[in-house]
Amino acid sequence: MPVLKPRPKPTPEILPGVRHPLEKYLRTDRLPHIWCSGCGLGIALSSFLYALEELEIDPDSVAVVSGIGCAGRFAGYVRLDSYHTTHGRAIPFATGLKLAKPELTVVVFSGDGDLFAIGGNHFIHAARRNVDITVLCVNNFNYGMTGGQVGPTTPVDGRTTTTPYGNFEHPFNLVYLAASAGATYVARWTTLHARRLKESIKEALRHPGFNFIEIISPCPTNFGRRNRLGDALDEMRYYAEKAVIRHGVDPAGAEVVPGREFIVGKFVDIEKPTYLELYRRKVGELFGR
Amino acid sequence: MPKVAKRRILAGVHFMNGDEAIAEGAIAAGCTFFAAYPITPQSEIAERMARRLPQVGGVFIQMEDELGAMAAVIGAAWGGAKAMTATSGPGFSLMMENIGLAVMTETPCVVVDVQRGAPSTGLPTLVGQGDMMQARWGSHGHYEIIALSPSSPQEAFDLTVKAFALSERFRSPILLMTDEVVGHMYERVEIPEEVPIAPRRKPEVPPEEFLPYRPTEDLVPPMACAGDGYRIHVTGLTHDERGYPAMDAEAHDVLVRRLCEKILRFREEYTWYEETMTEDAEVLVISYGISARVSLGGVELAREKGIKAGLLRLITIWPFPDEVVKQLAERVGGIVVVEINLGQIYREVERATGGRVPMRGVFRAGGRIHTPEEVLAGIEEVLRCRS
Repeated sequence: MPVLKPRPKPTPEILPGVRHPLEKYLRTDRLPHIWCSGCGLGIALSSFLYALEELEIDPDSVAVVSGIGCAGRFAGYVRLDSYHTTHGRAIPFATGLKLAKPELTVVVFSGDGDLFAIGGNHFIHAARRNVDITVLCVNNFNYGMTGGQVGPTTPVDGRTTTTPYGNFEHPFNLVYLAASAGATYVARWTTLHARRLKESIKEALRHPGFNFIEIISPCPTNFGRRNRLGDALDEMRYYAEKAVIRHGVDPAGAEVVPGREFIVGKFVDIEKPTYLELYRRKVGELFGR
Repeated sequence: MPKVAKRRILAGVHFMNGDEAIAEGAIAAGCTFFAAYPITPQSEIAERMARRLPQVGGVFIQMEDELGAMAAVIGAAWGGAKAMTATSGPGFSLMMENIGLAVMTETPCVVVDVQRGAPSTGLPTLVGQGDMMQARWGSHGHYEIIALSPSSPQEAFDLTVKAFALSERFRSPILLMTDEVVGHMYERVEIPEEVPIAPRRKPEVPPEEFLPYRPTEDLVPPMACAGDGYRIHVTGLTHDERGYPAMDAEAHDVLVRRLCEKILRFREEYTWYEETMTEDAEVLVISYGISARVSLGGVELAREKGIKAGLLRLITIWPFPDEVVKQLAERVGGIVVVEINLGQIYREVERATGGRVPMRGVFRAGGRIHTPEEVLAGIEEVLRCRS
């Protein structure tokens, strides 16, 4: 039997002496990351970090909270106060963090399974309360970390390891769910739309209230492979072909169905008092605080 | 508008129930964040916190479930707050997941369980003490956790204050295991003029030198909260001193052993108990919570009949006070354990004494407290089996 030798870890350095422009926001001693080649999480991460940089937000005032899964590892790579919590509980953790320290900008970064299956209840209630946090959901249509099982966004007929005959369940339309639960900023982009995504994250970070951005991402290792979507580049070509940019569309009709055009853009951008605003108003009236 | 008390400490003598006393104890101890989900017989804690926390500049939030409540408490603790949640059996089960996160991430917080009849929905309005082992082992994995059990509203107040101090001292969740009767029992509660707020140990080195999970001499690392400028990573994964995931057996062993050892090594700081008439006792009754009060009645009945009985009332339940029980057991001819379950602490006593002393359990599955006569019967039975 041949002995399998562990492969040496590749060096994160791209060119000697050249520093990554986002290095100050990254835990470079944790790189390379664990994400597969072709995964969209890196694009989502850099879009977020560029948004922070362009908004000139003090990094000491930002906290990132993640759940579990591939996207859950997000918190581990940012050189910010970052919390890798339990499966599905990033939002209630972030709620406690924000209410205890309102001056923080609190960002939840997690995946579709974490936020909408095991954490679905927390999502709708945080949106309803209009807690002032920004939730970025990388939607890759399956549970990547555990090997590619069916999730709450897997399309009907989608092949996963636990839907070997195709998916019999209907998926969530995340932007519709977020909007109807009360989110005050709702957008959807793909990892192809990196610049627009960055601008959207900037908008969300400046927007008071519960902000939600769905980031559609390839998962070439699992969902892409099992559904014969080709490699990551093929998926990007697919986004270029099928994604239609529209703003202000009713999210109810903005479903993502394989093979059909789908809408990306900003669906909701409204003003509504946040949880803390309502709380402070009342407490101020009553107790002069 | 009703008269509003904006004071943190409502110093003076009150007539209040155990649940309310827990709420006042928490606020007096500096608690500024409370998240919970409604459940009987905990409601009076949440209702009192909802009224009182806004008065003292804190935040009350009713979460969508106990999973979220426990997660929010941990988040608030990392935001710098002293944070608490309260529940009963069914909610306690849901909190187990994130109690493990609090243990692993070393997050100071207080969790109250007002126990009722169980399993499952059981007896929502009636007493139970069946969550004692869940308190010890309910979250997955091996860990140590401090659990305290009050026998009166006054003690509920006092132990809540102590629980907050212990949570900061050990950077650990602290469990207050009370029960429906203590929770709903109205008694005199005296709140002192001054209640100290336990400090949170902060890093003393600049961020570039700070290793968030490097323990100090007493095995507890200082805590850098969000916004403190340290920009640390906190994870429920096994982690090294930097707080970074470390996926190997060695790092896991080091971490899990330290998390246990930081609690176990300092047992004398928090092992509280009360002995009554144990000096000459031939039979030792061991109990806790509301059952200990009834047990005292049983011990007194035994003394009236000329039986030398004594009571060991456990205040700290976990880590189990092995030495205390063992030493007392050496002096007696029989032990009676009284509890409202079918023998959870009984087994611990059996283990601590090595089965060398004859034992009887006076158990109820839940629903009502014992009578002193039932305790007396247990005392007489253990005497008979000895002779």
